[in-house]
Amino acid sequence: MSFLSIDGVVKSFGPTTVVKDFDLRVERGEFVSFLGPSGCGKTTMLRMIAGFERPSAGRIVIDGEDVTDLAASRRRIGMVFQAYALFPNLSVHDNVAFGLKVAGRPKREIGPRVEEMLTLVGLPHLSNRYPYQLSGGQQQRVALARALAPSPRVLLLDEPLSALDAKIRVSLREQIRALQRELGITTIFVTHDQEEALSMSDRIAVMSEGRIQQCATPFEIYNRPSTRFVAGFVGTLSLIDGVRAEGAGAIVDGTRIELSETPPVAEGAPLTLTLRPEAVKLEPSSDRPNRLTGEVRDAHFMGSVVRLDVHVAGSSVLVDTFNRSAVPPPARGERIDLYFAPADVGLLADRPQT
Amino acid sequence: MSAPATTPGGRRASRAGPWIVVVLAILYFLLPLVATFEFSLSMLRGVWSFEAYKSVFSDTRFRETFTFSVIAALVTIIVGSLLIVPTAYWVRLKFPKLRPLVEFITLLPLVIPPIVLVFGYLRLYNSSSFLPFTGSANGTYVLLIFGYVVLSMPYMYRAVDTGMAAIDIRTLTEAGESLGANRITVLFKVILPNVRAAVLSGAFLSFAIVIGEFVLASLLNQPAFGPYLALVGTHKAYEPSALAMIAFAVTWACMGLLQLAGRKRTARRVAAPLAVKPNQGSQA
Ligand SMILES: Nc1ncnc2c1ncn2[C@@H]1O[C@H](COP(=O)(O)OP(=O)(O)O)[C@@H](O)[C@H]1O
Ligand SMILES: [Mg+2]
Repeated sequence: MSFLSIDGVVKSFGPTTVVKDFDLRVERGEFVSFLGPSGCGKTTMLRMIAGFERPSAGRIVIDGEDVTDLAASRRRIGMVFQAYALFPNLSVHDNVAFGLKVAGRPKREIGPRVEEMLTLVGLPHLSNRYPYQLSGGQQQRVALARALAPSPRVLLLDEPLSALDAKIRVSLREQIRALQRELGITTIFVTHDQEEALSMSDRIAVMSEGRIQQCATPFEIYNRPSTRFVAGFVGTLSLIDGVRAEGAGAIVDGTRIELSETPPVAEGAPLTLTLRPEAVKLEPSSDRPNRLTGEVRDAHFMGSVVRLDVHVAGSSVLVDTFNRSAVPPPARGERIDLYFAPADVGLLADRPQT
Repeated sequence: MSAPATTPGGRRASRAGPWIVVVLAILYFLLPLVATFEFSLSMLRGVWSFEAYKSVFSDTRFRETFTFSVIAALVTIIVGSLLIVPTAYWVRLKFPKLRPLVEFITLLPLVIPPIVLVFGYLRLYNSSSFLPFTGSANGTYVLLIFGYVVLSMPYMYRAVDTGMAAIDIRTLTEAGESLGANRITVLFKVILPNVRAAVLSGAFLSFAIVIGEFVLASLLNQPAFGPYLALVGTHKAYEPSALAMIAFAVTWACMGLLQLAGRKRTARRVAAPLAVKPNQGSQA
């Protein structure tokens, strides 16, 4: 039985349904991200787990206990907010101690526990400061310590890094992940930043318009997106329309493309192939039997990488090649051959509606 | 020189304009004050003395009524805070759409004269009514305090509501709840300490209002400072000026405390980086 399970949760505000038929099982100690564009319902779903919103339908179970109608204050969850939400009138120490005091822990336990938590987030020397005396990154680490101090069952983070600048964002996300592993705490992390989700999570639930589009490991999400939306949202992916050919193959622009698996559609039926820019090469080799020819539309010189936009049979295929000082990139309008391996060709589950 | 020769003169004139207004305003406020002060010092013929003040302070009724009003003001502040702070919090948290309505209601005491209020009270709560508050001394005192709470409500509510606007009460409430605190704990441990300065500034305004209040106190026949002030004013010559100066000093002391409390709050608000960019953009 999963540690946290969300069963068919629906949330409507008046006539608009914001979260639709949300199903998710999270194992104990797992780190799951909700990834999706702004407004897709990530925060709303997280707030229902926290108990700040009540689902219109469905059930939320934490550790075997149905918490759907339980008040937020009794769920024993920890929450970290985008705006830090430290109590401005309390020192760092008292902020972290708040949950322990409310829980009625004895004084002699509270002091050491606060110390422990602040050490864990690397701020033991700041315990007498007030929130307004801290940088954003420090405030968010205090908020993390505060959320973790009462040993919550689940840690919920709502875009905790969005308000920070890029450098701190990267170091803090590594810190959060390390901490989460160390404590083994079940964690839900909400973000609209794919890099964050890919680098931190055990699994990612990619959301669009209130629904989970795909829930899988970062590797699978990136390499095997199952829907057009996921393919478009996560990373850069070229979509190529073709039809199913005999065996494990497809026909694109009259050329046979070898696939690593047999597509689950009838021969002659339309399908959509996916290709990552980094999987396509300009040179043939024995492990890259597939070849497509197209016309260079654009060449973006990005330093070490040159990204080509190649027009192939009505689709735009992006190709990342490494910069070589001896060879200038292909010019616009030039016709070039693209080579790629069968294993690098993905297939979208939702076929083009034609 | 691109600017014509009139510029220096013109500029001087435009700068002199506001100064004249300021000086006139100062004179307008200060002259009566100085005159009153001077008059209050001239009880003894030919010399300046604090004789009038001595006379005021030695009057037991001054001490009694002043004490009465100070206590009434403090009770008003406590009752008012207990009523207004949770209301403002609740409205902001749960019914933000009702805020304009609540604000309008709290402003009513400014447009409805207190005399209307007190006659309403007397009609509703007279000794032959269902709730004969005026039938007993305690009941009348309760009515007086309720009246004062109503009179100070516009100031109290404004101050508290503004204080709550300065902090993100929703997120702070949720942070408190996620840490296991119930609403009452959140209100007293999280919200109240953070709007303390605002509550204080509302309290000082209430104090200033209640200290000199006349209509309610005299119609409810209470031994308050306002009616005493009026009484002295009609019977004595120099003492009213001294009393006016005392009332003035008390009021300004309140204002000073208010300024202090307000400055603390602003300092904190400027320092606290609670504002956060909304999470738009940077997708894919
Ligand atoms: N309390 C609410 N009342 C009405 N609509 C809401 C409320 N909260 C969120 N919404 C709407 O629900 C949608 C999803 O919001 P949210 O969960 O915050 O998205 P995300 O966190 O993915 O950006 C948005 O269109 C938002 O306007
Ligand atoms: Mg959100």
